Amino acid sequence: MTDNTVDPRRRRFLTGTATVIGGIGAGFAAVPFISSFQPSARAKAIGAPVEVDISKLEPSQRIIQKWRGKPVWIVRRTPEMIEGLKGFAPEVLRDPESDKSAQPGYAKNAWRSENPEYLVLVGVCTHLGCSPSFVPEMDAAGMGSPWNGGFFCPCHGSKFDLAGRVYMGVPAPANMEVPPYQFLTETRLVIGIDKENAA
Amino acid sequence: MNAIVKQLTGLRDWVDDRFPLMKLWNEHLAQYYAPKNFNFWYYFGVLALVVFVIQILTGIWLVMNYKPDAAEAFASVEYIMRDVEWGWLIRYMHSTGASAFFVVVYLHMFRALLYGSYQKPRELLWILGMLLYLSLMAEAFMGYLLPWGQMSFWGAQVIISLFGAIPFVGEALSTLIRGDYVVSDITLNRFFSLHVIALPFAIAGLVVLHIIALHEVGSNNPDGVEIKKHKGADGKPLDGIPFHPYYTVKDSVGIVVFLMLFSIVVFFAPEMGGYFLEANNFIPADPLKTPEHIAPVWYFTPYYSILRANTVNFFWLDAKLWGVVFMGLGVMILFLLPWLDKSEVRSIRYRGKIYKTALGIFVVSFLILGYLGILPPTPGRTLVAQICTVIYFLFFLLMPIYSKLDKTLPVPDRVTH
Repeated sequence: MTDNTVDPRRRRFLTGTATVIGGIGAGFAAVPFISSFQPSARAKAIGAPVEVDISKLEPSQRIIQKWRGKPVWIVRRTPEMIEGLKGFAPEVLRDPESDKSAQPGYAKNAWRSENPEYLVLVGVCTHLGCSPSFVPEMDAAGMGSPWNGGFFCPCHGSKFDLAGRVYMGVPAPANMEVPPYQFLTETRLVIGIDKENAA
Repeated sequence: MNAIVKQLTGLRDWVDDRFPLMKLWNEHLAQYYAPKNFNFWYYFGVLALVVFVIQILTGIWLVMNYKPDAAEAFASVEYIMRDVEWGWLIRYMHSTGASAFFVVVYLHMFRALLYGSYQKPRELLWILGMLLYLSLMAEAFMGYLLPWGQMSFWGAQVIISLFGAIPFVGEALSTLIRGDYVVSDITLNRFFSLHVIALPFAIAGLVVLHIIALHEVGSNNPDGVEIKKHKGADGKPLDGIPFHPYYTVKDSVGIVVFLMLFSIVVFFAPEMGGYFLEANNFIPADPLKTPEHIAPVWYFTPYYSILRANTVNFFWLDAKLWGVVFMGLGVMILFLLPWLDKSEVRSIRYRGKIYKTALGIFVVSFLILGYLGILPPTPGRTLVAQICTVIYFLFFLLMPIYSKLDKTLPVPDRVTH
């Protein structure tokens, strides 16, 4: 027969082991619940490159193409617009050389594109992800900065030039992203792959 | 008649032998002694509870016809508005309820500021209330995505991107919240789940804790005196009256007046000129085009202004990160209020000029921040927002100093009328 006295050591041991083993079990059980928040296989798969026909794009116009759920802009710049990208005092732009910004190697230049005439940008503000509006006029009144055309984010007032380079004194921290792209012909380009990154 | 009463009493006693029915009734209503000098400001707690019930009820009915699917959500809301019997009313009650919730909660919180209701021993009560406020903000934010209009989409895009500003883990965190690389059907689905299950549960639980904590420490009052200090021979506070029937009667009048005002909005101004339901949200979500002017719903605009007011890089950190940090701190600093206030007195009635002035300036700058948050940014407005942001934080950060310096008036021993 057992006696009915309490054995605190045994109770402590049982409580302690149950807490440790149970805690480890709870930790492992939490993994699928948290991982389930991550993008699903289907969400990851929707990333195929898209082709765009730009034969009807007139100078100083912009077209918007959806790529990976985001807007991608293709802007055809006029020679004045390309010239206008050079005319900024050093304190106007935050990252004029695109050193701290995201773009493929062939777009790390003054016009941030492979071909100066065509600008290809992910049309998402680097601040909080709004899609800025296109303000192509060379001196838009009320922009409050030296202005040679560009993009203005209606959400928090960030400003970018016609190469997607961010102005000083606005909330956006970096230039807009240039996606990987390449020209298939003179008037067709593909977004999502390029010579450097065969996706 | 007597026979029926006897039957009912019998039933009550039968339940009471098996469940602490009368004990709960007495502790929280019939023998909960509340100060006898409650005024207008003491309606908003019970009104918040009323709005919560409205939201739960109308929410259950909305879910019966709403489809949480990016392809169908917008159309299903219009279906509720046009084709479902009385659907328009249920939906307008829910959308008006969201704004009404914040109206009464902001007034409820301001009451605490007026009468020092967060001071010792009510710190935990205040913290539970703040947790309710945070849950309510999350609930409102996620609910706003569900109609899948332009403002739903871009509002969510901006707020989720806020997390992206956190160094190193930010991008991964916002992807984890969205469940996708952009706000998509997946995001809509999970927000729906959280909006209709997780957060309502959390809010209901916190409401219970908030009330239990309140009934443990007892209600504060416009004089800020502790009614438990003076008890009669029967052990009841001399300045207290039982919640039921005194305050149940008073509150029921307040509830009726509130419901009248609520109905006026529901029937005559459910969009409230674009402040309760924004014009751009009557356009289906378009991931390729941000509306010309986006602004959050009015109840988030003060914090949104604080976010936008940060335009300068400090200490090698981006303006973007500072904006997020200050917006977060702007809400979180309220948690510290019980420890920032070093005043000897609770109520505004016995505070000196310094605190009254500080509170006045704070309220004005909070309202200005809220107003600026609905307007598009211009350099002049950004400057005003920056000034008001500084005032907002100084009100809290300097409180330990000015609340101590303040020349307070003598506090009466008992409540006044």
